[in-house]
Amino acid sequence: MGFDWVFFTELIVGGLMSGVMYSLVAIGFVLIYKSSGIFNFAQGTMLLFAALTFVKLTEGGVNFWVALPVSMGTMVVFGILVERFMMRPLANQSLLSLFMATVGLAILIEGLAQYMWDSAIHGLQLADFLDLALLDPVNMTIFVVDYIEWLDILISKFDVFATIVAGTMILILAVFFQKTRTGMSLRAVSDDHLAAMAVGIPLSRVWALVWAVTGIIALIAGLLWAERVSVSFTLVEAVLKALPVILIGGLTSIPGAIVGGLIIGVGEKLGEIYLGDLIGVQGIETWFSYFIALVFLLFRPSGLFGLKTIERV
Amino acid sequence: MTDVLLSINNIEVTYARVILALRGISLQVKKGAIVSLLGANGAGKTTTLKACSNLLPAERGEISKGSIELLGEDTAGMSAYDLVKSGVSQVLEGRHCFSHLTVEENLMTGAFIHEDRAQAKKDLELVYEYFPRIKVRRKSEAGFTSGGEQQMVAIGRALMSRPKLILLDEPSMGIAPQLVEEVFEIVQNLNKNEGVSFLVAEQNARIALKYATEAYVVENGRVMLRGPSEELMGRADVQELYLGAGTDEGGESFRDVKHYHRRRPSFA
Ligand SMILES: Nc1ncnc2c1ncn2[C@@H]1O[C@H](COP(=O)(O)OP(=O)(O)OP(=O)(O)O)[C@@H](O)[C@H]1O
Ligand SMILES: [Mg+2]
Repeated sequence: MGFDWVFFTELIVGGLMSGVMYSLVAIGFVLIYKSSGIFNFAQGTMLLFAALTFVKLTEGGVNFWVALPVSMGTMVVFGILVERFMMRPLANQSLLSLFMATVGLAILIEGLAQYMWDSAIHGLQLADFLDLALLDPVNMTIFVVDYIEWLDILISKFDVFATIVAGTMILILAVFFQKTRTGMSLRAVSDDHLAAMAVGIPLSRVWALVWAVTGIIALIAGLLWAERVSVSFTLVEAVLKALPVILIGGLTSIPGAIVGGLIIGVGEKLGEIYLGDLIGVQGIETWFSYFIALVFLLFRPSGLFGLKTIERV
Repeated sequence: MTDVLLSINNIEVTYARVILALRGISLQVKKGAIVSLLGANGAGKTTTLKACSNLLPAERGEISKGSIELLGEDTAGMSAYDLVKSGVSQVLEGRHCFSHLTVEENLMTGAFIHEDRAQAKKDLELVYEYFPRIKVRRKSEAGFTSGGEQQMVAIGRALMSRPKLILLDEPSMGIAPQLVEEVFEIVQNLNKNEGVSFLVAEQNARIALKYATEAYVVENGRVMLRGPSEELMGRADVQELYLGAGTDEGGESFRDVKHYHRRRPSFA
């Protein structure tokens, strides 16, 4: 009984690629948590709202390359509004109040999305748009769901595309927060609110920025994800995939979110095939990632990369 | 009149709308002065400083009466950010360094309000000149440096905003005596050479009086005494209560002593 290495590699590659997507969604959580200490319950609905905005625009005949920046702009405005009307008035309230506010925000967005758009299920063939935009000179069908073959391994081209987009996005964010002045001010705020205020870092500007960036992440993630599950309220559940990632990576670490995403992506695929067969249960994918996360938590309670509180006496 | 940098005019501060922490404090910092604010635990020193930097809202506190003027201008409508921009920078009690940022990044956050990056680099070198100790640790995460080094980082960070006035809250807290002396020496140098004024809150009256030009003693949210440092240092009641002098040596004339006997301050 020879081990099927080709199949195994296919699983790993596929796992890593979905992992990058999970990481992107998880980073959305991490940013908000780092800047304001709250778990953003509205993350999933933000994904839906962003994707829906884009879909409705394109359904209305707006060109892809116009719809994309307009949707991004919408999410930036959204970020600024959230800061102005939610974060600022609640700035000195307890974290619980802030968390509850994000629950309220989720409900508000969901209602707003239904009212402004509708609650029908929209197909989003991002691949089609991109097909028009990025013509492949060889076979003219580059990003339509077809496969590339590489060392006998079959990989979905759209997955490759999604991985590249998500990966680039993550890279940009990582560099932005590590190397720029604004990134530094965000890290300062996440370390110590009061000290950040004392040195003249305007919290409100940092918050608005973070919510806007999170909105853009939600848009990108929403569009990429919608390719698999269509644009409907099931998109909100994309977030359920990010939770175990956060459990592993810690809420405070971008590298943690990346590594956590990859672990979950690969673990989930391997678990489904090998473990699922072994114990004879189908569809363990839905909960197996949580199982992985729990195992990790047993050994690293603050997450793989969770910032340890530095205590000096 | 124009040589007054900061003027606190009979302020009352309330926390959470019910806790009255300051009951009418008036205080003045002249340009180029080092003024110290002495008092025991809970006297209201930190609250006074936070009122000046407008950090009270972050603690659900507010100035419920009186006013604070910076160079004759009322600071009531200003945010913490505006005040740093206008030249008032606070070094918080307990230092509050950004523990996961490096020492150098910590310092650079202090220059956030300025756009000019070349200038910030120059200021950084200046800070390192005053605090050679932290230059050695520039690449370490601030959370892993010693208490004294953190105090220097915190003061350096405040300097990076090019302040007119630094509100320094208990710099001696939790650091070794010889380091305390070193920190105060640097404060004095900064005051002399860079013209930065200081309002220093301290429980350690001995050291604060040694370096300050003028001092205020607060208790229970009120100013109990004020005067030039030498004068306060010479007073028997201050000696007894704040400088730990013997109890019944020159027991002659202290007018305010009765006041103090209500509650002896505890020293950390
Ligand atoms: N955030 C707050 N909420 C409620 N009450 C507060 C708060 N901060 C301070 N107080 C109260 O205000 C009073 C003055 O406190 P403050 O911190 O200004 O004293 P302090 O002189 O700085 O003391 P210490 O030497 O211990 O730092 C105290 O009675 C304190 O209990
Ligand atoms: Mg204090």
